[in-house]
Amino acid sequence: MSLAKRIIPCLDVDNGRVVKGVKFVAIRDAGDPVEVARRYDQEGADEITFLDITASSDDRETMVHVVEEVAGEVFIPLTVGGGIRTLDDIRRMLNAGADKVGINTAAVCNPEFVREAARRFGSQCIVVAIDAKQVSLPGEPGRWEIFTHGGRKPTGLDAVAWAKKMAAYGAGEILLTSMDRDGTRQGFDLSLTRAISEAVPIPVIASGGVGNLQHLADGIIAGKADAVLAASIFHFAEYTIRQAKVCMAARGIEVRL
Amino acid sequence: MSSVAVIDYGMGNLHSIAKALQHASPDVEVRIVADPRLILQADRVVFPGVGAIRDCMQALTDAGLPEVIRQVAESRPLLGICLGMQALLTDSEENDHTRCLNVVPGHVLHFTRPLLNQHGETLKIPHMGWNQVHQRQPHPLWRNIPQDSRFYFVHSYYVQPDDQSVIAAVTEYPDPFTCALSCGNIFAVQFHPEKSQEVGLQLLKNFLSWDGAS
Repeated sequence: MSLAKRIIPCLDVDNGRVVKGVKFVAIRDAGDPVEVARRYDQEGADEITFLDITASSDDRETMVHVVEEVAGEVFIPLTVGGGIRTLDDIRRMLNAGADKVGINTAAVCNPEFVREAARRFGSQCIVVAIDAKQVSLPGEPGRWEIFTHGGRKPTGLDAVAWAKKMAAYGAGEILLTSMDRDGTRQGFDLSLTRAISEAVPIPVIASGGVGNLQHLADGIIAGKADAVLAASIFHFAEYTIRQAKVCMAARGIEVRL
Repeated sequence: MSSVAVIDYGMGNLHSIAKALQHASPDVEVRIVADPRLILQADRVVFPGVGAIRDCMQALTDAGLPEVIRQVAESRPLLGICLGMQALLTDSEENDHTRCLNVVPGHVLHFTRPLLNQHGETLKIPHMGWNQVHQRQPHPLWRNIPQDSRFYFVHSYYVQPDDQSVIAAVTEYPDPFTCALSCGNIFAVQFHPEKSQEVGLQLLKNFLSWDGAS
């Protein structure tokens, strides 16, 4: 009997609609975040993460309504990331029913923001999202750098040092995405995941690169992650969350079935 | 129609709890209230909370609520959740020792580092995610909830009541700690029933039909 490793489906939401296509047989409107979230909840998702990719800040209010609606029907933890820049942004999302917020660029621009946010709302709701890219050459010991703006903008920050700093500033959890693997379906960057997970005292969610169910289990076993996040393998109904859990359990991982 | 008050003292996500209560029992009137008078008018009271204990105690004191919570515990069912559970104890190690409500004698302790499991691996703090709740005594709030069901937790401190007989359930991380306690009209849980899917909704439903001990 012990704490279960978590599986977290991630939905990209643009102006209130799920994008990147979701293919569920029993869903009428695959663009409706409420319907998709409900489906993942029924399949046994341990949490759900929404990434707001709305370009215009004028449309951000839409995300608040999405969270409100989902929180009224789905009773598992909800995380919202994307465009969280001020304490007021956090308050609005929490009041709407989010349990955690993901902070990425705003943390890089101003690390004190993470400290303030954790003090104000508690570490339990502050997830620092880290986008990292390998900068060491083959054969060298692994070294990764933080990138912002979807992996386009280098920051000069070392990923392991940054993760430790964010934990010390009060982050309750790290959402770690490998920019090298994101979208490749080749599996997580396990060296990166393990390096960060072993460096910080807080839980780490592995993200970026999942192409099959074994990859999820690898993230937990070899990457030492506490949770795994994936988007496309669940969206296209290649695998259900339940299948993922059965696969993980078969490899000796404790899951909530 | 029976009513339930969710105490609003500025600590935490009350809307999630209110929505979950409403979903669990659609015919119950759910109110989010700060006014002590309105709290004492409700048939049942939910005492939630997330964040740091010192801020929590300060907010309760500023709102004149400590006495109200004691009165509630004497007169009607009270459900403490997470920090709302911890605040019921005598004191907490958090924030360099904080005095709490002392409604249930005992202490709130931090998970000691390093926290190692049986394989020698370091466990993360906060204890975050779905863990098993092992019921130690029968209680109306456990109705239709299978033994060792998983509930959602997120916390770095846990309660240690002086009186072992109030322990309603334990969870292992890696040692067993008190994750639910039962004491008269009080039922308090460290986990979040409002975020624990069906078993959580069932617990809330059970609370909303519980008449307490008095």
